[in-house]
This record gives sequence, structure tokens and C-alpha cells, in this order.
Amino acid sequence: MIMEDTFAKTEIHKPENIVYKKTDLMVDRPLSYCPGCGHGTAHRMLMEVIEEMNIQDKTIGVSPVGCSVLAYDFLNIDMLGAAHGRAPALATAIKRMWPNHFVFTYQGDGDLAAIGTAETIHACNRGENITIIFINNGIYGMTGGQMAPTTLPGMRSSTSPYGRDVATMGHPLKITELVAHLPGVYYVTRQAVHTPNHVRKTKKALRKAFELQKENKGLSFIEIVSNCNSGWKMTPVQSNKWMEDNMFPFYQLGDIKVDGKLVEKKEIAGKE
Amino acid sequence: MAKIKGDIVINTERCKGCEVCLAACPFTVIAMSKEVNSKGYHFAMKVNGECTGCTNCALVCPDGVITVYRAKVTTE
Repeated sequence: MIMEDTFAKTEIHKPENIVYKKTDLMVDRPLSYCPGCGHGTAHRMLMEVIEEMNIQDKTIGVSPVGCSVLAYDFLNIDMLGAAHGRAPALATAIKRMWPNHFVFTYQGDGDLAAIGTAETIHACNRGENITIIFINNGIYGMTGGQMAPTTLPGMRSSTSPYGRDVATMGHPLKITELVAHLPGVYYVTRQAVHTPNHVRKTKKALRKAFELQKENKGLSFIEIVSNCNSGWKMTPVQSNKWMEDNMFPFYQLGDIKVDGKLVEKKEIAGKE
Repeated sequence: MAKIKGDIVINTERCKGCEVCLAACPFTVIAMSKEVNSKGYHFAMKVNGECTGCTNCALVCPDGVITVYRAKVTTE
């Protein structure tokens, strides 16, 4: 084994043999997220798409309030920080000022589906030519795991210690399905980033969204179902398993609206 | 006979020990170390030469600490 390792170092460790490395568009500093958090992967896939399309100098991102509020520290592009939930409104203004720039918002579920519901729905209804990236982990991660609108029925959080009771706390909000019905929205999909296969699909979806923005097709909305192992009080691997078993049956992965047309229910990929 | 060989290099100082890469590797090339890095995390490390350079571990790594090499080598 020792001989093999020596061989590997001399023969394989050449710049032309690199098949994957962290993109240079990510700033070289440690991410502030918890170990195993899907934010890091989502950030990296986003920057890989921007690198592939060579639009680093023409992309403006809007960071939300939440764990990813510090996204501008890690993404080496122009970023703005919006007030809580107001990222789609700010992105609307930026896109209208610079129509040839690529504008996206990167929001969590507490930001997009709770305080920012009005901004989200109206930006989608106006059909603004922006991309909304929605990270859904069913909980308010940054503030200590409180119940969010997207928390599943029966799911425990620090403000619903006996599980979410739908009789008093209401049902989880499927905002992705909600906005898919609006005519201004062109592309809606739901993806995940916990396995290599899902990461590849997420990257394809992000690429498609930015390509559609180039063609002025309308709003594209990408939900990424992610984990929050700190908020769910699990290890990263356990939380990924829990997400597959509990989140995916409710938040079914797959395309919801493609080319401005709703995808038939039977075609939506279920639990994978 | 030509054979595809891969190798990974892990930036152990940036690894947070989340173990997501262990589940993604099809050949159990990665294991957690007994030592810790300067932040106190048990970091991921390569433990055998089975790597084919499939990039699965690097894709799921949230902190992007894994660099993957792949080369075609000729063996007799």
C-alpha cells in the first residue's frame, strides 16, 4: 500500500489530472456553516454554474437574513444584503436597473416563506426575470431551531417541543407549488444536495435557470430541500437519512413547472 | 493494460468531520482519522488505494475540501 501511495503521488498528482476541485469563484476562507450543512454544497454548485457560463462580472446576488446572510463573504461576485424577506423586491429593482445582468436571490425558508411571503408572491406574479434559490430545511436554523412555516406536521422544534400540531399551528406551506401556479413563473423545480446524484441534478437546474434568465423567459424558482442537523439535533448523516424518510414524501423532488407549463402530478419523481 | 486510477487530496485543516463523504464513496476509500485538526474535528482521510476518481465525495462535501485526480495508467 505504501508503494502504491508513492506511485499515486508522483504519477497522478499533476495539474492536468485534476477532475474536481473547489471552484476559484468561492472565496478561500472557511464557511461559517455547521458541519454537514447543505448551504456549502448549494453555494459551490451556484458558483460552478456561474464559472461555466463565464458571467462572474455580470452576476449580482441578494443574500437574505438567516444562516446564509454571510453568503457575500464566500461568493466572489457582487452581492447585496436585503432586509428580512425583501430579497425579491431588491432583486426586482436591480434587474430593472441592469436588465443585462444576472440577478438571483438566495433565501432560506424563514426568510422566503414567512416574513417574505408577500414579496415572493408578488415578484413571482409580476414575472420578474430573476432567479430565486430557496433553501428549505423546515426550521429557523440560525436563531435556534424554531418552528418555521415549512415545518412538517408532528415535527419537533424548539417552539413546538411536542411536534407541530396542525390544529393550532396550521399546515406546512408548500410555497413552491403555490408560486408554480402563477403565470409569470417560467421554471419551478425542487432538488436536494445530500447525495452526488442530487447534487448533479441541482447543478443542472441552476444552469437551466440562468440560461432562461439570459433568454428573458421569466422567473425561475429553485427549491433545494436541505438538512439542518444542528436544528434537528442529529448528526449530518442521520439528518440526511431523516430528510429522505420524512421531508421527501411531503416535499416531493422533481420539476414542478417546465417551460411555463405545470408538470403532471404523476410525472413528479417521488421518493428517490 | 490501461487502468483508470484516482486519488483524492483532502484539505484536513478545513474538514469539519461531517462524514457525508463516507456515505458517498462507493469503495470505502475514506475513513475518519483518530487525530483532530486545529479546530478539534476528526478529519476525513484516504485509507486505501481503491479510489477511481469518481468525484462523488468531492461533490457532496459541503466545505469543498476534496480535490480529485484521475489518470489512465498502464500496468503490465
